[in-house]
Amino acid sequence: MLKVEGLHSGYGRIRALHGVDLEVRQGEIVALVGANGAGKTTLLMTICGNPRASAGKVWLAGEDITGLATHHIIRRGLAHCPEGRRIFPRMTVLENLQMGAATGDPAHFDQDLERVLELFPRLKERLHQRGGTLSGGEQQMLAIGRALMSRPKVLLLDEPSLGLAPLVVRQIFEIIAAINRDQGVTVFLVEQNAFHALKLAHRGHVMVNGRITLSGSGADLLANPEIRAHYLDGGAS
Amino acid sequence: MEYFLQQLINGLTLGAIYGLIALGYTMVYGILGMINFAHGTIYMLGAFISLIGYLAATTVGGAPVTLALLLALFATMAFTALWGWTIERVAYRPLRKAPRLAPLISAIGVSIILQNFAALAQGTRAKPLPPVIRGGFTLINSDDFPVSLSWMQIIVFVMTVTLMAGFTWMITRTSLGRAQRATEQDMKMAALLGIDVDRVVSATFVIGAALAGVAGLMVTLYYGVIDFYIGFLAGIKAFTAAVLGGIGSLPGAMLGGLLIGLIEAFWSAYFSIEYKDVATFGILVLVLVFRPTGLLGRPDVEKI
Repeated sequence: MLKVEGLHSGYGRIRALHGVDLEVRQGEIVALVGANGAGKTTLLMTICGNPRASAGKVWLAGEDITGLATHHIIRRGLAHCPEGRRIFPRMTVLENLQMGAATGDPAHFDQDLERVLELFPRLKERLHQRGGTLSGGEQQMLAIGRALMSRPKVLLLDEPSLGLAPLVVRQIFEIIAAINRDQGVTVFLVEQNAFHALKLAHRGHVMVNGRITLSGSGADLLANPEIRAHYLDGGAS
Repeated sequence: MEYFLQQLINGLTLGAIYGLIALGYTMVYGILGMINFAHGTIYMLGAFISLIGYLAATTVGGAPVTLALLLALFATMAFTALWGWTIERVAYRPLRKAPRLAPLISAIGVSIILQNFAALAQGTRAKPLPPVIRGGFTLINSDDFPVSLSWMQIIVFVMTVTLMAGFTWMITRTSLGRAQRATEQDMKMAALLGIDVDRVVSATFVIGAALAGVAGLMVTLYYGVIDFYIGFLAGIKAFTAAVLGGIGSLPGAMLGGLLIGLIEAFWSAYFSIEYKDVATFGILVLVLVFRPTGLLGRPDVEKI
């Protein structure tokens, strides 16, 4: 569904990715874990065309999307739920969701809205409240809901657990699992919270300094002593 | 009292025009974080286009006054919109990622070029237009000071209120308006939702320029004299209005415009007409010193 081949990218003269290869197959949840600054966010943003890849290819559903402008990439069926959530703080929850549906067919809007509100009943209560007044967890729900409004083929999630209370983190991961299981959305998840991410994912990759160093099924990676030492036993819950 | 009332009417008329121009400043600032110093020049071009359009329709085309005015209005909005679009495309978009100072200087350059273009094409002498819309009402028939409200003033109010209402509806209710607000709040995220940000920016310039064009038309009709230099002062005053209302805030621009118009009218009436610009720009200084976010602006919260 989403395929990355030999991807190089960076910001200005700083190179962040050095030839990344990976694939996310239809219906899968794939997790990418790694330390701060490993290049995980850069990989997601490069898939979305900002920054542009300096070498390598990105394929979405068999189509080469490497050179396209960000809004064209998104319109081909990608949704990105970026680091820090980036909801529109001075727009209402409903308007935020409408923005998520900006590229979609207006005929689907009511149905998609209902589906998202069913998934996040909390958003329903807050529909006419400004995004900036929501709590961190609610903002994350809004960001995921907004991304789902476009009926994406692939959902990119960047650090959905960042800055959230453990209980809320568990809730968010349950919802991600449900989206994948019940709605068949393919998910590519980037996380520092390796434990939760790998437990959820069908397959996982580990990124170090802009390269993928380890790949395997989620369960295998969780059991891997090296991973345990680096990413799990230290802090993550 | 009568005198006060008359100045109130005059000030509101003037303020409505400033408000229309101020909207363009504040919209562009909201989205791109730049002051479009060529905006006043667009207003000047609008005044010229409306004059030419009106004269062409009446003298060459032989159209009746109402039709000629409507034609002038549409021609002005269309041409100023085109100018707004072109200026953004040619002078600002290539500098989108450049340091903030670069588009600012580019804007000043565009404004000088267009001013000289108007001076070359139309001459430097002031162009008069005999009053087109005459008459009005005498509201209070007092012996020492009759208070009047002219048809022209009514037209300015009605046009401004209609445009501002339409504009507010567009911003709050339509998908383009939503995309504009989203782009204003987080341009990168808007692109990540599939919004063609360049198109939104273009639309912003087109709308702002068309509003300034209408302001140009109304000034041509209201004062009956224009020259190639009117854009500078009106532009800076409308900018002051935008800052007073809180730059980036749309209701702020409308409110700021009205206040600047009122300040100018009352200062001219009660203190000295020679120093009316000093009063306006004195306000700009005071606002910048004591309330840099303006009346309705919000403090620039550091993003995390």
